[in-house]
Amino acid sequence: MSEMVKATINGKSIEVPQGTTILDAAKTMSIDIPTLCHLNLHDFGIVNKVASCRVCVVEVENRPALMPSCATEITEGMNVKTHTARAVQGRRTALELLLSDHPQDCLSCAKNQNCDLQSLAGEMGILDIRYEGESLEYEKDISSASLVRDPNKCIMCRRCETMCNEVQTCGILSGVNRGFDSFVGTAFNLPLNETSCTYCGQCLAVCPTAAISEKNNISEVWNSLLDPTKHVVVQVAPAIRVAIGEEFGMEPGTLVTGQLAAGLRTMGFDGVFDTDFAADLTIMEEASELVHRIQSGGPLPMLTSCCPAWVRFIEANYPDLLDIPSTCRSPQIMFGAIAKTYYAKKKNIKPENMTVISVMPCVAKKTEAERPELVSAGESDVDFVLTTRELAQMFKIAGINFTELPEEDFDDVLGASTGAAVIFGATGGVIEAATRTAYEWITGEELEKVDFQQLRGMEGIRSASVDIGDLTLNIGIAHGLGNARKLLDDIRAGKSNFHAIEIMACPGGCIGGGGQPYHHGDSEIIKKRAEAIYREDAGKKIRSSHKNPQIVALYDEYLGKPYGEKAHKLLHTTYKKRDKI
Amino acid sequence: MSKVRSHILVCGGTGCVASQSEDIIKNLEKEIAKIGYQDEVKVVKTGCFGFCGQGPIVKIQPDNVIYVMVKPEDAEEIVSEHIVKGRKLDRLLYDEPLLQQKIEMHHDMPFYKKQYRIALRNCGMINPEDINEYIAFEGYQALGMALTEMTPQEAIQIVKDSGLRGRGGGGFPTGLKWELAAKSVSDKKYVVCNADEGDPGAFMDRSILEGDPHSVIEAMAICGYCMGADEGLVYIRAEYPLAIHRLEVALAQARETGLLGENIFGTDFSFDITLKLGAGAFVCGEETALIHSMEGMRGEPTKKPPYPAVEGFNKKPTNVNNVETYANIAPIFLKGAEWFSSIGTENSKGTKVFALAGKVNNVGLVEVPMGTTLREIIFDIGGGIRDGKAFKAVQTGGPSGGVITVADLDTPIDYDSLKAIGSMMGSGGMIVMDEDNCMVNIAKFYLDFTKDESCGKCTPCRVGTKRMLEMLERITDGEGQSGDIEKLQQLGAAIKDTALCGLGQTAPNPVLSTIHFFREEYEEHINDKYCRTGECKALTKYEIITDKCVGCTACARVCPVNAISGKVKEAHVIDQAACISCGACYEKCRFEAIRRP
Repeated sequence: MSEMVKATINGKSIEVPQGTTILDAAKTMSIDIPTLCHLNLHDFGIVNKVASCRVCVVEVENRPALMPSCATEITEGMNVKTHTARAVQGRRTALELLLSDHPQDCLSCAKNQNCDLQSLAGEMGILDIRYEGESLEYEKDISSASLVRDPNKCIMCRRCETMCNEVQTCGILSGVNRGFDSFVGTAFNLPLNETSCTYCGQCLAVCPTAAISEKNNISEVWNSLLDPTKHVVVQVAPAIRVAIGEEFGMEPGTLVTGQLAAGLRTMGFDGVFDTDFAADLTIMEEASELVHRIQSGGPLPMLTSCCPAWVRFIEANYPDLLDIPSTCRSPQIMFGAIAKTYYAKKKNIKPENMTVISVMPCVAKKTEAERPELVSAGESDVDFVLTTRELAQMFKIAGINFTELPEEDFDDVLGASTGAAVIFGATGGVIEAATRTAYEWITGEELEKVDFQQLRGMEGIRSASVDIGDLTLNIGIAHGLGNARKLLDDIRAGKSNFHAIEIMACPGGCIGGGGQPYHHGDSEIIKKRAEAIYREDAGKKIRSSHKNPQIVALYDEYLGKPYGEKAHKLLHTTYKKRDKI
Repeated sequence: MSKVRSHILVCGGTGCVASQSEDIIKNLEKEIAKIGYQDEVKVVKTGCFGFCGQGPIVKIQPDNVIYVMVKPEDAEEIVSEHIVKGRKLDRLLYDEPLLQQKIEMHHDMPFYKKQYRIALRNCGMINPEDINEYIAFEGYQALGMALTEMTPQEAIQIVKDSGLRGRGGGGFPTGLKWELAAKSVSDKKYVVCNADEGDPGAFMDRSILEGDPHSVIEAMAICGYCMGADEGLVYIRAEYPLAIHRLEVALAQARETGLLGENIFGTDFSFDITLKLGAGAFVCGEETALIHSMEGMRGEPTKKPPYPAVEGFNKKPTNVNNVETYANIAPIFLKGAEWFSSIGTENSKGTKVFALAGKVNNVGLVEVPMGTTLREIIFDIGGGIRDGKAFKAVQTGGPSGGVITVADLDTPIDYDSLKAIGSMMGSGGMIVMDEDNCMVNIAKFYLDFTKDESCGKCTPCRVGTKRMLEMLERITDGEGQSGDIEKLQQLGAAIKDTALCGLGQTAPNPVLSTIHFFREEYEEHINDKYCRTGECKALTKYEIITDKCVGCTACARVCPVNAISGKVKEAHVIDQAACISCGACYEKCRFEAIRRP
């Protein structure tokens, strides 16, 4: 128990544990102080405390200047005044100065109505910007398939830098230049696609403005739907159904699986499918591979490979360990491969006349879809990737009243899924799903209880041992690339005794992905999405992947044996070393 | 054994080296060798004498004669006349502008008379590249004393009792800083010397490092003993190559002599120092930014607390002092805290080094007791204003300070009195301005500097200084609007109140202080589109008064853009479209026939 300190805020006494910031202390007294650069995802231990924007300054007695409440800790006897004219004037000036160097194109900005700067200007009643002058005029970086960087909209809050350097340990982004010319950029101002960026998108998830946004693919999707020669199918990742409702004002954690299917059907997709189907397929392959690797002497541990940002991370940072990730393609790509082969054949459509659209909680998926080795038929297995936000925007553009949509099912053939698939969306879910199947395969017995609570949670690194017959399976889980790095360093040093490790690049797993509705610094939202994921799992009739009847049919009719020759061709891949910059 | 009867000291500071002082040394040595006096007369390359405006300086000892503006070709005569015949060279003596007489003896020169040299005690006296010369002037005695006769607590107490305050600008009590670092418990601690001198025109720290590097090394070792650190780092800007070289030489000699390294003076205390070169950013003078830069990160300040004494370099307790602060340490130990605290004012003890620059006759480095008045520095030591012009203001504290006008010239200067009159001590930059300096332009100059040097981290400094500068640019370009002064004041006050570090919090000072003291000049610029000094070219238009022009053609000949035409003995005219408002004609005309409206 840490020591308590007494202080006065706005004339009222307060006692808080040592180390509490003025901002947090004020919050407990229902005193709101505006913030902008501040970010505290306390459930994940992620804090951005650079105190650069100066929007949260308050008066502290005996201090000559105003103090940033987000970074100033309460000390014994401190006397704080949060809303005096002097403090408000300081905050407003900081905000006006930011606005004086910010493009005024709000109406057509990617972050319109989702921008922290815009909201703050509204809340603080900025009707006139008293300062004017030169603005930054840097070029946009549109080099990658995932992210767009607009340095002119950077307000130097450094949240992205904290995510990239401290949380993800990638070190791609940093403050560059001096003074007025400063912005957060890359080393040598290289375009993003020439760096070892993983495209995890956590920079974008926390950017308060549109300095970093996703590469928008909405128009490509509309064009596909407009093209009468194309059979357009869509897949929806597990994490979408627990988050997209937020874009329509629904409570975080509201499950909208049925509305999603209905909405997509309304917009005219020819096949409305579920990536969960492919997640079950992934488990068939991944569990087979794990069993195979355990029984035939390695290599172990086997690392999951669903997360494309994580794959890029290991390719750039641990090229010496490229033999240990599972060779399984990600569910998104497996879906594309099966859609353009098995489904195309069943429907008698030429693969080149098919367009596969993915809706993903992720921007790295956009780059993954362009990997040249992931082509089974046609030009690519997945043609366009939308984020959760982009799909919500499409619904809005179409004028669909999302909250009132009826609940519908996904289409057959590639639409059925199990509870094991939906939990792919949360950290620990993939490995839990694999365990459910591996257990039954190895022991030949039916699991009485499919829930492996010990694999769930939000701790950055978790481990558990599961007894499967004579074997004790040691499982590791990491989410966030910084946490992944710790496990990889152990592996490299020969200190790891795991059989299998699940790694997700984003804190919380896919539910916290860079393509999800903005959480605006509220980690409760991510936790509620996780709860919804497990709720959906618990409500499913079938909860183990190998029992999915459509998956069974797929192997019977087309693929043959799991981990067999055809499966290898369509569902597995290879990795390559990437230069690190 | 030969006995040296005479020393010829030649300044080897950066300024004099740039004016060929190394050739002077070479020629002197050649001349001395020619006559075979090399055993009797020694030429010594010293550090800075401080009298930089008159450099290169050559001093003959023991005669105590100073020669100024010496050229390499003067070496022959110096040797043949002064050394051989004992006759002083009149033409190389300093010509005192106020008294209008030649002065030969060092101590008779008004420039040196009122100075009191503690930090600069060895500059211009010893060869900085020879540790024995430093040792001969009581060097390393203080370290020996501390290590063998005192506990760290006793040594800290001496620094505390001396009343020494940080010379880098903040004025924090040095002893207290050392005590805080000593109290921090850690397996590793660091002593850092801040040699990232960045004020425009300031060169106090460079001169100390060039002229007396061991005084800093010795003090850092004492500090290490006091706080329990075994490693020292000097953060020095790469554009000080001579200082870096001298430090490297000094460190090597100190190691060789056993004054750095393991078991110094046979005690348990071990200490060594490495150099960290900075790329030259003003903000890296701020201690947290300096530490981040040394760690290989972007040179940006972070909020304090935690203070470096608790969490500094590599997250370990670190004491950061600047060069001049360290240079005061050894004398305090040798002469006692009482001696040091007897110098100066009640709350500011000892002396302060200033880099005196601008429109003053004697430009250079001066060290005076705290409490000396600005009038004494500018008019007695500095020899008054150049060309008989009128004093207008003096800026102390560099870009963080403010202007001081004639009304406050008799203020005895120390940390507190300078603050009270709206400026600050800063690290010691002192720029004197005369009637020809436009105060709006001066404010613009300083703000342009801080805007460029802002690290870009916090909003008020990054954007605010830029917006203030743009307003000043509009005003000096003749596009000022009523209300601009109030806007500058409001924004300036807000930046001071909200910026993250000292750089931003003080950046508006030059603007606010010039508005305070010279508001009418701002009003003239804004309302009358008029700059009384002619420095703001857009507001300056030169015209020839036909009645007064005698047609001497002097103006036409001096005009760099041939904008003046007219026949001999007839009134001339200025082509306003071609005129660049340089003012050359105005200066040249002897008939007051050119008007500057």
